[in-house]
Amino acid sequence: MTSRATRVFGSFTAVDDVSIEVGPGEIVGLLGANGAGKTTLIRLMLGLLPISSGSVSIFGEPPSRRTRARLGYVPQGLGLYMDMTVTENLRFYAGAFGVQPSLDELPDALAEVRDSLVDQIGLGRQRQLAFACALNHHASLVVLDEPTSGVDPLARSALWDQVHNQTDSGVGVIVTTHYLEEAHQCDRLVIMAAGKVVASGTLAEITDGARTVRVRCESWASAFNALTDAAMPVTLSGRQVRVPGASREQVLARLRDAGVDAEVDEMPATLEETMTMIHP
Amino acid sequence: MTDFGVEEVTVEIDGTTVLDDLSLTIPRGAVTAVVGGDGAGKSTLLRCLVGLRAPSRGVVHRPSKTQVSYMPSTSGTWRELSVAENMAFVGRAYAIEPPVCASRTEGLLQQAGLAGAADRLAGDLSGGMRQKLGFCMALLHDPLLLVLDEPSTGVDAVSRVELWRLIAQAAARGSAVVMATTYLDEAERASSVLVLDRGRSLLAGEPAAVLASMNGAVVEVGQPSAMTWRRGGSFHEWIADGAPAGSQRAVTPDLEDLVIAEMLRVRSGEMVTP
Repeated sequence: MTSRATRVFGSFTAVDDVSIEVGPGEIVGLLGANGAGKTTLIRLMLGLLPISSGSVSIFGEPPSRRTRARLGYVPQGLGLYMDMTVTENLRFYAGAFGVQPSLDELPDALAEVRDSLVDQIGLGRQRQLAFACALNHHASLVVLDEPTSGVDPLARSALWDQVHNQTDSGVGVIVTTHYLEEAHQCDRLVIMAAGKVVASGTLAEITDGARTVRVRCESWASAFNALTDAAMPVTLSGRQVRVPGASREQVLARLRDAGVDAEVDEMPATLEETMTMIHP
Repeated sequence: MTDFGVEEVTVEIDGTTVLDDLSLTIPRGAVTAVVGGDGAGKSTLLRCLVGLRAPSRGVVHRPSKTQVSYMPSTSGTWRELSVAENMAFVGRAYAIEPPVCASRTEGLLQQAGLAGAADRLAGDLSGGMRQKLGFCMALLHDPLLLVLDEPSTGVDAVSRVELWRLIAQAAARGSAVVMATTYLDEAERASSVLVLDRGRSLLAGEPAAVLASMNGAVVEVGQPSAMTWRRGGSFHEWIADGAPAGSQRAVTPDLEDLVIAEMLRVRSGEMVTP
């Protein structure tokens, strides 16, 4: 999608030589810490920001009004007009792209409130509406920035259903999310750090080989405190303490010194744990 | 050691029931998660707990005002003040002796990875750093009850792991911690969880126990219907009598499956848990 794109703000290189490819019907998850360059990359693709060096190509050409017409974009802030109705928002966006609003294809949850002001419908429905506005012009590539933030699991599942319906008809999707549970919905992942791509591939490829040490004992707090005091990267999961990237011997030795009796084993790391190891 | 929490609390705002007969125990030395989407009642519950809102009915158990701490979803930091000034301001508000305040500030900022940012304005910090600062401010006076409203919303995955570590550490040192979140993967890490749906308790208890109490079976199906939900490339459906029919493949449900099945049940009137 973008090739060898670099964007510099003053002395800060926000995006450094990044290429991302999205095939038809594919969902690519774009992950990375705040400030990793995800939003800048999206803005380059949309043609909202010029590049500093290299070239940006999207659908094989530089970003323009013509490439924008083939892109659907749902920003984190949704970009809806709160003091207009659901139908009016759809008409407005369709008008901007020079197409007819497809008002009869709305999800039921939206059809029920079609004449309500956006301000008066819940966040889950607002997110569904933002999707509908971005998808109405039959884009080939859809970019979703944190699409499910703040909604309940049922509404989240409905939003992902909308995404999968797009890919089923051949649309490519790029989605950013901080919630790694959602990475399971993606065909491929691209992880950015400090403006560069630091890992990419399927979930299994990215987590392959990463290990974590699991500690189970009567009092999780004593194990947690002992390992924290030794400056280990400890996390808590229910009543289990986990130490991504550590060795079993290291953890055992530390617990023995602190007089904590625990069951310690090594297991494959989760994606989240793998991410903490990728980022220094 | 007394527990904190709410007992049969109902909150009505302008004639609308926002919380409906809700009870929650928040033990010390543990993290309790309150999960729900927009409008579920999470913030109202937390505001009742810290005394920012009086319940219409019911009882709230909390320690004295100076032993409670509340971190709002906006982090509660002052953007025009530096990291160090934010901490000092909270220290004065709680009348912490300046030398004690300085040493606690140093320790907390160190653990949160903010020691190098002491002179930066809170408004210039990234979202994750600002939430961590808000958390340090909430912890400065060593509260017995720590109430956190969506501390991890908008925070990236790596910062969230760090933030969760700080939260777990507060519990490990004996505080009663309650946090709101919209995400179930986060709730699964808590000692106990309360799932709120439209002001009511949908599920409550230890995540593993709640999951074990599920009746019936969850199966993978190819086609959507009114009682299915999307999981990746396929759909999941809850079968009340527990028997997958024909070619249906049973899956091991996770908390997300259970919560969605329960939400669908509430909306349609069948039983998922006893």
